[in-house]
Amino acid sequence: MAFIAVKAEHVNPFVTSTMETFSKMVGTEAKPGKISLKKNAVLNYDVSGIIGLSGGAKGVVSLCFPKASALRITNKFMGANHSDFNPETVDAIGELANIVAGNAKKGLTEFNIQISLPSVVMGANHQIMEPKDVLTFIVPFTTEFGEFHMCVSLKSGTP
Amino acid sequence: MAVSIKVEHINPFILATIETFKTMMKLEVKPGKVTLERRTGFQSDLSGIIGLSGGAKGSVSMTFPKITALKVVSAFIGEKVVTMDDGVVDAIGELANIVAGAAKKDLVKYNISISLPTVVVGDNHELSGAKEVTPMYVPFETPLGNFNLVVSFKSEIA
Amino acid sequence: MRILLVDDSSTMRRIQKNTLEKLGYTDITEAGDGAEAVAKVAAGGFDLVLMDWNMPNMTGIEALKKIKGDAAMKAVPVIMVTSESEKTKIIEAIQAGAANYIVKPFQSEVLQEKITAVLNK
Repeated sequence: MAFIAVKAEHVNPFVTSTMETFSKMVGTEAKPGKISLKKNAVLNYDVSGIIGLSGGAKGVVSLCFPKASALRITNKFMGANHSDFNPETVDAIGELANIVAGNAKKGLTEFNIQISLPSVVMGANHQIMEPKDVLTFIVPFTTEFGEFHMCVSLKSGTP
Repeated sequence: MAVSIKVEHINPFILATIETFKTMMKLEVKPGKVTLERRTGFQSDLSGIIGLSGGAKGSVSMTFPKITALKVVSAFIGEKVVTMDDGVVDAIGELANIVAGAAKKDLVKYNISISLPTVVVGDNHELSGAKEVTPMYVPFETPLGNFNLVVSFKSEIA
Repeated sequence: MRILLVDDSSTMRRIQKNTLEKLGYTDITEAGDGAEAVAKVAAGGFDLVLMDWNMPNMTGIEALKKIKGDAAMKAVPVIMVTSESEKTKIIEAIQAGAANYIVKPFQSEVLQEKITAVLNK
């Protein structure tokens, strides 16, 4: 397989996929902010869904939420009315990450990406750290239920 | 109904963990009783997570209390570290990477490829897996403190 | 004894550098991918290259092929240090001219053994 350099434009399929997932599955608009490099930003979250990417590129994509927006978004997604985290919330966050990553694959056919099972992290004020030698992009999203961040790390390599 | 992980799928990860600690840190680590639970309530301060895909899908995580993480990273990189910094975080990710890579060789028929590592930093966080697979938790005892290995694994290949 | 240590993970470079220093090798230069490695080898002066396989920009195996395909560089021995444990990969590396092969996780003794073996060839 020919070598393909990873560029900022490769984040676009994840942005599009997040917008599609929210409009189709959650039933609300998710507006992306500016894509930037995450660098050494220290950002705290309360719940995060993480999916590993491999194939012609290796990477990881995460959806990271503060508690309030995580609850409101997953309640809308599931048609539930939870006031605190429970196993359903956790599943919903994992499932959202799964759909976003799965749906982004079609925009990255040159990398022939495969996705892992989701991992979900719960815990007040945790940070999600990607390998420091790899470019990581961060995109803030705004919804009527609050904000969240999507982070994408990608590194090209041999399959 | 969630599918349970099979012994033949978890063993390569347990063996890879033992081998990695033995070869790279000269440490004997002992796996404890394996549990299959959706959420165990155990909490960690630092977790390294690797996604698995290919003929099987899954994830493998190593989760540490902060003090154990610092000691393990010191042994791993060969220099004493006492404070949590980028280097410690990256080393935990690299450790998970080596364990996942080493486990691949006993899972050849699944043609597994591994993702980049992610490291979670946060006092008392909890890890959970995908809805459709019950993750397996393996506690490990080491002279430097205890940690947990968490594996989710799902395959259509018999 | 000048060693070029090639790995895209700065943590892996740190681990190997510490290991090498404990074994008495102190003249170590680092490179973060295959392209940087080839440029450094081309500039000359290295007695040995320790090369990772999966790296961005240029993979280790491509860098190995470039080094071995160049009259001025091919004499520099290259040991592949990687988590690629499949036989076909090992064969590919040896056929491409790798002097030896170390699979991660590795013991410092194994690193020492293979370096000694390569340098005494």
